[in-house]
Amino acid sequence: MILLSVALHSLLSRKKTVILTFFSLTISIVVLLSIEHIRLQAKESFNRTISGVDLIVGAPSGQLNLLLYSVFRMGSPANNINYTSFTMLENRQLVDWAIPISLGDSHRGFRVVGTNNSYFTHYLYGKKEPLKFKQGSEFSSLFEVVIGSDVAKKLNYNLGDKIIIAHGIGNISFTKHEQAPFAISGILAPTGTPVDKSVHVSLGAIEAIHLSPIALKKLINNPETIPAVPKSITAIMLKLKSKFSTFRLQREINNYPTDRLMAVLPGVAMTELWSLMATVENLLRAIAVLVLISSLFGLSTMLLASMNERQTEIAVLRVLGAGPVTLLLLILLEAVILVSLAIIMSTLVLTLALFSLDAWLAAEFGLFLSNNIFTMELMRLISIIFIATLVVSLFPGIEAYKHALHSQLSKN
Amino acid sequence: MPTHAINLKKMHYHYKNSPASDAGISITQWQVDIAERIFLHGNSGSGKTTLLNLLCGILIPTSGSISLFDNNICVLSSSKRDVFRAKNIGVVSQKFNLIPYLSVLKNIQLAAYFAKNSRSDVNNDVQPLLKALQLPSHIIHRQVSQLSVGQQQRVAIARALINHPRLLLVDEPTSALDLSAKNAFMDLLMKLCDNTKTTLIFVSHDASLSHYFDSSLDISTFSKTKKIITL
Repeated sequence: MILLSVALHSLLSRKKTVILTFFSLTISIVVLLSIEHIRLQAKESFNRTISGVDLIVGAPSGQLNLLLYSVFRMGSPANNINYTSFTMLENRQLVDWAIPISLGDSHRGFRVVGTNNSYFTHYLYGKKEPLKFKQGSEFSSLFEVVIGSDVAKKLNYNLGDKIIIAHGIGNISFTKHEQAPFAISGILAPTGTPVDKSVHVSLGAIEAIHLSPIALKKLINNPETIPAVPKSITAIMLKLKSKFSTFRLQREINNYPTDRLMAVLPGVAMTELWSLMATVENLLRAIAVLVLISSLFGLSTMLLASMNERQTEIAVLRVLGAGPVTLLLLILLEAVILVSLAIIMSTLVLTLALFSLDAWLAAEFGLFLSNNIFTMELMRLISIIFIATLVVSLFPGIEAYKHALHSQLSKN
Repeated sequence: MPTHAINLKKMHYHYKNSPASDAGISITQWQVDIAERIFLHGNSGSGKTTLLNLLCGILIPTSGSISLFDNNICVLSSSKRDVFRAKNIGVVSQKFNLIPYLSVLKNIQLAAYFAKNSRSDVNNDVQPLLKALQLPSHIIHRQVSQLSVGQQQRVAIARALINHPRLLLVDEPTSALDLSAKNAFMDLLMKLCDNTKTTLIFVSHDASLSHYFDSSLDISTFSKTKKIITL
């Protein structure tokens, strides 16, 4: 215990260099931890976006493109597919359930997803978790919508509020369909996936907002007249009764003669998408590690440079009966104290930053970061930092050991 | 009961990194009785400090033996020797006495820590010791670097005595003090050694201090055994 106090006071006696080293360590640890945290969180939120879907079907383009617009609601679909293809697939023996997805419209910057109620019963995310309603329920009539939790939070919507759905995906659309008022019938519980930022309406409603104003007016007055089936949709999510038939069905869909279809395996596409990011990811990690190493060397240099002024100290400790090993430990202790303080500081900084930037990151980049940085991976990273600290401070430690061995009462 | 505080037999120390022709320090026989007070003097570079380094086990003789209170410290392992030093030997040197950034109390506690002295004891002992050394009790939490040189020397004595050492080695403690401070310091040191029956080896250039001691020894008299002190 007293050694700890000696190490602490020794650090305090060299405030200036110690504080600079402390800042350099803190910054590098913040960089390392935040890169690692964002990487892990991005990967997790990426992987939790969709689960339990065996095939995604859309118009032929790239599998990444299809994945991006159907699952991540990013970019625009190249082409639509016939609604009859959906009914054909839904009725196949092999298919357990099918969810139609119709995209292309927006509500105040949030994507509108045209679908049917099977979306709410079957869609799974994370570890096969189903969607839950925080309030209300699925839509039962044409002009009802179900909104994601972010939409409700950002736009301050409550159950029963009337909203307007516009054609197009911009924030401000020139063709807002003022005449088509929708009522919120349900608000979903947060999922940490793009579902939170989606506005869900029925397929019929998508058709309705694209009607001419006159036809729409007629429809509002008499909602029963809508043709419940649209002509086309954007994508289909399929769950098969048996995974073994996945490839067979995929081949069949790709060769489907009456419509141009493409089926992709979400897992494969997700891996491909993630591997695009892997290079950037590894680059970032490498930079973070280099920054950390350089500031650890800074720590080592600081301790090594202090060795000259510490001759006295070492001599005194030797006279008092401290062995060379004790002095080595003392140096390691100083390094560990400094790194521990830097780690505490950086976790504080990081947690604060996450709390304050939380909303902004989610809104700007769709990054759903957890505020809890104390995950297993980060704990492992922190222990690696400690091990690296011990290794690097062995240099000054051994120097202190040598000094201690040759230390005498006075130097002649 | 050990017979002698210090017993050197055929001790030879050869300076490291010096030519083989260099004789180093040789002492065939030297005994110091328990509670004896020795004034050790000699010219600069005559090996006084080296002898102190040897006596406290920081340096190891090239050959021969050094026994302190019947313990041959030359055969102890280095860590055992460190503990032996912490427990039995108090050292006050010219400058390397205290850790400047620690408080007076911490410095003294540190000495006790290495001697594996239990802490409650130590804290009880500190106050009377400081009082005996005429140090105001409030300095106990002051940083050593804030004290005057005279105060530092007295704190060094307190630190050296905290473990009740059987042997006190003192190296030029008075060189930084003026005459009156010097005399006050010597009186105090003698009184404390008398009280605790501590064996004292006192190294100094200053021959005027020799009257405080039982015997006075010129390190060059060891050279009776021929060519001892050469540097």
